[in-house]
Amino acid sequence: MPYNKRFDGRKFDELREISAEVGVIPNADGSAKFKIGKTIAIAAVYGPRVLHPRFLQDPIKGVLRCNYNMMSFSGSGERVRPGPSRRSKEISYLTEKALEPVLDLSEFPSAVIDVYIELLQTDAGTRCAGITAAALALADAGFPMKDLVSAVALGRIEDKIVLDVSKEEEDFEGGMADIPVAMLPRTGEITLLQMDGLVTLNELKEVLKSAKKACEQIYKVQKDALRARYLK
Amino acid sequence: MSNDIVTNHVINLIDKDVRLDGRKLDQFRDIKIEYGVSAKSAEGSALVKIGKTEVVAGIKMEVGEPYPDKLDEGTIIANVELLPLSSGEFESGPPTIKSIEMARSVVDRGLRESKAIDFKKLTIKKGEKVWTILIDAYSINDDGNLADAIGLATLAAIKDAKFPKYDEKEEKIDYKEKTKKSIELKELPIPVTVLKIKNKFVVDPVLDEENAMSARLTVTTIEDGRICALQKGGILPLTPEDIEKIIELATKKGKELRKLLK
Repeated sequence: MPYNKRFDGRKFDELREISAEVGVIPNADGSAKFKIGKTIAIAAVYGPRVLHPRFLQDPIKGVLRCNYNMMSFSGSGERVRPGPSRRSKEISYLTEKALEPVLDLSEFPSAVIDVYIELLQTDAGTRCAGITAAALALADAGFPMKDLVSAVALGRIEDKIVLDVSKEEEDFEGGMADIPVAMLPRTGEITLLQMDGLVTLNELKEVLKSAKKACEQIYKVQKDALRARYLK
Repeated sequence: MSNDIVTNHVINLIDKDVRLDGRKLDQFRDIKIEYGVSAKSAEGSALVKIGKTEVVAGIKMEVGEPYPDKLDEGTIIANVELLPLSSGEFESGPPTIKSIEMARSVVDRGLRESKAIDFKKLTIKKGEKVWTILIDAYSINDDGNLADAIGLATLAAIKDAKFPKYDEKEEKIDYKEKTKKSIELKELPIPVTVLKIKNKFVVDPVLDEENAMSARLTVTTIEDGRICALQKGGILPLTPEDIEKIIELATKKGKELRKLLK
């Protein structure tokens, strides 16, 4: 079954509508909301603060602790049970690894920086939306950062490389390859890369090229959101 | 911490009928209700802001077997999560007593005891298949009075909800397809929390006021003025006279809040 036209009518290298806003949670040290299509991620940063229990502390550098969570009504089927799952734990861990390279944690020995990511509504690409929101929240909190982090999920459906996969595409009958990518937009370095499915090296090259272009667009929206808050 | 200083300040002010933000003792902050904030995923959803306090609530619906003692009734299950995202005071982990208390006393009891939802109407096939309404509320930012915000948000989310399509032959729900059928709310049980600070009574407290309370009473009322749930909290006792005053105040405020949901 050839995939010649996307379910939602987008071009194969077209993002869904994206928007970002920072400073959405007054209590947090930094916060942001990022929407991509119908996926909505909210991120809040608390810290640096004292890490308990103490044995988790690192006297050399601070600890970045991320927590990804889908609100129980945010899934596309039945209610998602509250509390951590294997999936959410893995995503939390990958989010930490995606964000850590832009931070200088040596400034915060023995402390923790907590990043909480909540998904209000989902339509695929949730870990990427979470990472993008979290990067903004860290910037909003005022951490010195080498770069922002921008992320997007791509896929291969039949012979097409598709940018910013939707849930409908994720569930494509003939199967697909799902490839979330996070990038430092200025250098193009990749901090998250996963793949479920089958691709050739050439297809993957095309994926990364498309990801770079998309992350540049996302980066622009992120920068605009920060400007809107701080350069009035 | 400087909390003692703030607390004493709050108490001294309230004693003179003055609040930190200039409100009257019986005055709520601005309230904003937004419906359908998770419309793609949830059967119903709503966001409520009371001042800087923000809560979202969502409804999912499932089909299951009825309880053996209530074969022709569906049911509700209420859950509240006080997210660490919403406050530096909240921690990750299993539900705390604070969130359990809110789920039970603010959401569940109000809806159940007011008979706001006719559980019999949730029956698909007696003894076999009934709807369960799963109500989840999350704090997004805690600047005091989460309980009343959660009460409003859950009611708004229920009002927003549409049943998903249920295929009786296949015994499957098609979550992608919503019907036009709403959950009929026969009552709007509105919880209003009143704090006793010194000898004064205060509604819609901000955090600094919550820290200064000697006692609180959450009073849930329905349209005709009857009370459908009560929950006392705080360290100090209340006199019967206190309780009478609190209930009068909560009933009056409940009427105002009910209008926002109509």
